Amino acid sequence: MSSTLSTAAAITGIGEVGYSRSAPEQSELALELGAALLAISDAGLQPRDIDGLIPFGPAGACAEDIITNLGLGDLKFSAHTPLGGASAVAAIQCAALAIHAGLCRHVLVSLGRNGMERKIGARLNAFPQFKAVREFEQPSGMSAPAQLYAPMARRHMELFGTTSADFAEIALSTRLHAMRNPMALMTAPMIVEDHQASRVIADPLRLFDCSIESNGGAAFIVSTAQTAPDLAQHPVLVAGVAEGHPDEPLAISQRADLTTLGTARAAERAFAMAGIGPEDIDLAEIYDCFTYIVLCQIEDLGFCEKGEGGAFVQSGVLRPGGALPVNTHGGLLSQAHMAGYNHVTELVRQLRHAAGPAQVPGAQTGLVTGFGDMGDGAVAILRRG
Amino acid sequence: MTTEPRIAAPEPTRDSQPYWGALARHELMFQRCADCGTWRHYPRPVCTHCFSLRSEWQRASGRGTLHSWTTIHHAYDSALRGETPYLIGIADMEESVRLACRLVPPDGMSPSIGLPLRVGFTDQAGGFTLPVLHPAGG
Ligand SMILES: [Zn+2]
Repeated sequence: MSSTLSTAAAITGIGEVGYSRSAPEQSELALELGAALLAISDAGLQPRDIDGLIPFGPAGACAEDIITNLGLGDLKFSAHTPLGGASAVAAIQCAALAIHAGLCRHVLVSLGRNGMERKIGARLNAFPQFKAVREFEQPSGMSAPAQLYAPMARRHMELFGTTSADFAEIALSTRLHAMRNPMALMTAPMIVEDHQASRVIADPLRLFDCSIESNGGAAFIVSTAQTAPDLAQHPVLVAGVAEGHPDEPLAISQRADLTTLGTARAAERAFAMAGIGPEDIDLAEIYDCFTYIVLCQIEDLGFCEKGEGGAFVQSGVLRPGGALPVNTHGGLLSQAHMAGYNHVTELVRQLRHAAGPAQVPGAQTGLVTGFGDMGDGAVAILRRG
Repeated sequence: MTTEPRIAAPEPTRDSQPYWGALARHELMFQRCADCGTWRHYPRPVCTHCFSLRSEWQRASGRGTLHSWTTIHHAYDSALRGETPYLIGIADMEESVRLACRLVPPDGMSPSIGLPLRVGFTDQAGGFTLPVLHPAGG
């Protein structure tokens, strides 16, 4: 172990509520608090035990909301990790640091989202890091993630021969996992022809390359590793964690290399902290806002060389029973768009060996990523205690 | 009488106003470090190369080559629903910055990496001007 932060923290509680694609019945705050309460009780804790908070914010619930609702007596630490879809995994790093420094013992990380009511365009407008896109690209008709990421996928296809059928395999393998998951919203069987027949959103990205909009809440608790064995669940340790930012993070169009994400930098650090390599990973929950983004991260994480992601996924390794099962919950593509908070909860469930029909047999070590804000990446490596 | 939805006008900042002002005159100008001469885009206060805060605006050649592209079939902005499908190009400009805007190839021409491009200008109903990329020969 090259870092004392490794295994200083554990994820001790998880909670998820209200995954749906109908008109939301609860506020985003109610969904977030509902998930938080589930995570707290899952860990065997009481709300008063929570002494650190990292809500998704800054556009959502603030620490004050959570203190007020849960009656937290003496909060010792609060932060935001504003990395868009990388926020949940970056929050693991932030929480582990605060715990390792002795500031607090149990950090609640939470998200509530009414995606059916407040869709992606409205959400992005709340983010300051989209200011360059808003001023210089939106007037020409490129503003939504599908539109901004499509040229990355196109460049990858032109340089490396990656195809839409490679993206289809990611949509299909993710759906196969979703079909084993009772919380997944999209569980109809899918074949390659369904993907290829789905309408083009921003070429080369089709509808079935895009994650779904949904409502729900998801939360987890990061605790000191020392207390984890005394809590309600089998401990899941944070063996390695890191965030990484790309060059030119304000605009993809200005980035020297369109085919690499901040994930590559985070991966190197996270693997070094854990003292292991990609070959030691039993399963991975990889942020899947779009199929292409999964393929790109698989390369950035070192599961294969840059440019070989297409052949790698076509070998079937991502599917249930494959050598590297990916997004065993159905991901953002087929379970729900909980900004990757559901990727963390799913990996914890897998490492507890409590994932039911979706369980990867004997899983000991898993990896979870977050990706957001046009290139930020975060990687955590979790280990069954 | 109904009004067509319009693309929202960009809101120039103190740093970016010269860029939009030049486009309105149908000129492409990029920001350039007044100390080391490094070009930069999008407009910002500091030169990443030498950290100088002094900059000037200079006319760009308007020539570049295609780096990547997308054809947009689903417009998120209701003002653009009538324009789909439309092409967006990202160009490597001669000044070593990128330009991302509409790409308008002649009928039947497929985009490809390295396609030579020249910049043009389209005046918008909202009172501002956008750059547009054309194949250099077309
Ligand atoms: Zn300079």
